[in-house]
Order: sequence, then C-alpha cells, then structure tokens
Amino acid sequence: MDVIFENLDLWRQGVGFTLLVFSVGGVIALVLGTIVGAMRVSPVPIARAVGTLYVNLIRNTPLTLVFFFFVFGYSALALPNLSNTVLGIMAIGVYTATYVAETLRAGINTVPVGQAEAARAIGLPFGQVMSLIVMPQAFRSVVPPLMSVIIALLKNTTVAAGFGIYALPLLQSTISNSHTRPGTPMEVLLWVAAIFVALVMLLTWLQRTLENRWRIAR
Amino acid sequence: MTSVLYDVPGPRANRRNSILAVATIAVVVAIVAFVLWRFALSGQFEASKWNVFTFTTVWVQIGSMLLNTLKAFAAAAVLSLAVGFILAIGRLSDHKWVRIPVTVITEAFRAIPVLVLMMILYYGLPTLGIKMEPYWAVVLALMVYNGSVLAEALRAGVESLPRGQREAGFSIGLRKSGVMMLILLPQAIRAMLPVIIAQLVVTMKDTALGFIITYHELLYYAKLLSTQPGRPILQAALIIGGIYIIMCLLLSWFANWLEKRTHRNLKNPHVAERDPAADDDATLTSVIGTQDLDRLGKP
Repeated sequence: MDVIFENLDLWRQGVGFTLLVFSVGGVIALVLGTIVGAMRVSPVPIARAVGTLYVNLIRNTPLTLVFFFFVFGYSALALPNLSNTVLGIMAIGVYTATYVAETLRAGINTVPVGQAEAARAIGLPFGQVMSLIVMPQAFRSVVPPLMSVIIALLKNTTVAAGFGIYALPLLQSTISNSHTRPGTPMEVLLWVAAIFVALVMLLTWLQRTLENRWRIAR
Repeated sequence: MTSVLYDVPGPRANRRNSILAVATIAVVVAIVAFVLWRFALSGQFEASKWNVFTFTTVWVQIGSMLLNTLKAFAAAAVLSLAVGFILAIGRLSDHKWVRIPVTVITEAFRAIPVLVLMMILYYGLPTLGIKMEPYWAVVLALMVYNGSVLAEALRAGVESLPRGQREAGFSIGLRKSGVMMLILLPQAIRAMLPVIIAQLVVTMKDTALGFIITYHELLYYAKLLSTQPGRPILQAALIIGGIYIIMCLLLSWFANWLEKRTHRNLKNPHVAERDPAADDDATLTSVIGTQDLDRLGKP
C-alpha cells in the first residue's frame, strides 16, 4: 500500500487530471457532437454532407493520431501557445464528438415518422412536435448508448498520458523515474487499472439506473 | 422527403434552407481557409518540409511500418476472435463454476483501458522478471480487450435468438455442444457480423496505441520522421493519417460488402420479405433491442 500512501500527491494529481480531461472533453464532445448530429439529420443537403465527411474522417482516424495532430501539429502552426493539457482535451473532444453525433442521429432515427406526421395532423406547431412528441422518445433511446460513449471517453483519457498530460497512467513513468518514490511499475499500473474498473462500474451502474428510470412501459 | 424532424419544405422553409446552406459553406470555407493560412504562414507548404517524402527509402520504411501495423492487427484480430468465442461460450455455460469466473474476467477486461493493459504487459511484467516485446504487448492487450468485447456481442447474438431454435436442436437429438456449434453460433455470428467488423475496425485503430509503448508502427515512424531536416511533423502526420483512414475505410467497405453478400445468399429470399422473423434484419433488430435502442422507437 506504500505505493498509494507515499505517493498520495501524485495520485491526487493523476485522478484530478484524468477527471479534468474526462469532464471538459466530455462537454466539448457533447456540444460539438450535438451540432454535428443536428447537421447529419438536417434538411440542408450541404450540412448533411459536411457532417458525414467530418464523422467519417475522424471515426476512421485512431485517437492516438488525433492527439498527435493536436499536441505535436498545433505547435508547428505558430499559433498562440497552449498547454498540452488544453490541446489534449480538444483532441479527445473532437474525437468523441463523432460518436456523440452518431448516437444522437441513431436515436432520432428510432422515432417512427408516423409519430411526427400524427402530431402535425392534429395541428401541433413545430415547437410542440419536437418538445412533446419527437424529443421525449428520441431522448429515451439515446441515453443508454450515450452513456456507453461516455464510458469509452473515460477509458480514452488514458491516451492523454502518452502525450505528457498528467493523466493516471503517466504515474508509472513518474514513479519509476524517481529514486525516492516507492512502487514498481506493476503495482502502479494495477492500481490504475483498479481505479478505472471502479469508475467504469460506477458509470455502468448509472447507465442501468437511468435506463430503468426512463424505460417506456408499453 | 419527409422525416420526423421536418415536413416537406414550403417556399419559406426552402428560403431558410438555402440561407443555412450558404452559412454552412461559409463556416467550412472559413475554417479551411484559416488552417491553410496558418499552414502557409508557418511555411508548411515549403519544399523543404515535404522533401523527406521524395526519398524511396522513406517510402520503403513507411511500407515496412505499415506491415508492422498490419501484422499486429492481423494477429490481434485472429486471437481476439478466438478469445471472443471461448469467453462467449463460457458465459453461456450451464455450469456456475464456469459462467461466473468468465463473466468476471470479461467484465474486468472490458473496463480496463487498452493502453493500461499494454503498459501492464510492457512496463509491468519486466518487474516480475518476464520480458515482453512491444509487439506482443500490443497484440495480447488488444486480444484480451477486443476478445471480451466480441464475447459480449456474440453472447447478445445468441441470447437474441428465439428459444425455439435451441429447443428444436435438442429435440432432434443434438447435444449441448451440437446445439451451440450447429444451431446457435452460426446464426449469432450472422446477426452480429456488423458489430464484429466494427470491432475489428476499432482493433485496427487501437494498434496505433502501440506508438506510446514504442512499438515500431506507422505513428512511431511519423514521430521519427519529424526529427528529420525541416521537422516535417504535420506532413508526416497527414500522410500517416491518410494511410490509416484508407485502411479503416477499406475494412468498413469490406464489412458492407460482406453484409450485402450474406443477405443475397439467403436460400429463399421471398421468405424474408413476407416473414420478418426469418430476416436477418429482424434478428439484428432484436439484438439492438436488448440495448433498448430499436424497441423504444416501435409503437
């Protein structure tokens, strides 16, 4: 247990940076993903094309390469200096946004067209068709897969450690490079794995709870 | 064209849509122009930055690195499919002492990030006296992670099949293994084929994580190239990125082609049209339905 208690400052930093990348990256992914998802289902052909291009391009690029572009490529463009952490958060946000967009699109596609047609037929205006008929149904079918995307995002924060951001797996090199800190790489990494298992279990439990709460009784 | 979100557009909606189209084009052009402007300003288009790619040796190197990536992918894909089958069958076992440990293992490996698994194999094991090549660290980590994801997919596929399939198998005198091998798994594989291929694309992308544990693959070479004269880091990333995108798109296209082919090969295509239960899509829908995706949409 020395590896935990003697390095408490490092663990706090590691968990802090992981949660920072996770939460801010998640917010970016949700906002950008909603915009791209809206473009993918919009009546404007050119917006659909742009959304499709973005999703196909980024989804077929490894996350490591997206990080590579942002962390190493950005500095080559002679733009204002940003820290690796900020760039890493942007990378993970841009990458996860494509998954969020696809989830939202799939969720909206599960609502049968007849629902909206029936709503229009009884004279509801556009706003009410959306807020009373389409969105409540789409939302319920979106929540479980969206939680899966968020769980994947949490696991993807580890990639940030490969680019010098103080996310959890970086503890391994920090501890083994220092002569005064106790702990072998194996111990450190197993604890990191344990933390991730715990966090994923927490999110899975949340997913189940939300799913049960919003399940439609038919 | 009509959709849940909007009706057939009238004159006002048409006007609004054209305005939106123009706005989209403007935003995209602005972003592209900004990036190109920064590229030009920082001299990314200069010949010295692209000079590296005029050498044959560099392309030969890229080729051998691509081979390394594909080697890791091929081994990981085959092994993870094998592990996926074993874990899926284990999870579906009738014996508690098989089912429970396999379930715990599958869930644990699904929850641990692949990179952490790779690091455990590459940095962790040497402290226990086991030397691990980066290649095997990449392959084994991808194997256990994707294996457990595939196991979940296959299990969902088997559980989505109608109960009658299993019962009919038993009633014609097949043993448990026969029912699983001859009746349930072939149907589950067919139903889950899109998921399996999608997971293989993920495997391909995840080989790039090997870069972080110094496996000599494409991305590692991109980093290496950026130390060359002119420091062509963006150029290397663009070219390597292009290669990755092409590989993943090829795999996705292959998946689509395979899906179409398996559909055409239905022995009696007319049955599929009349009876939705006989169609692959129906099976697939009920699989997705276990995630409450499709079922919710249906009245």
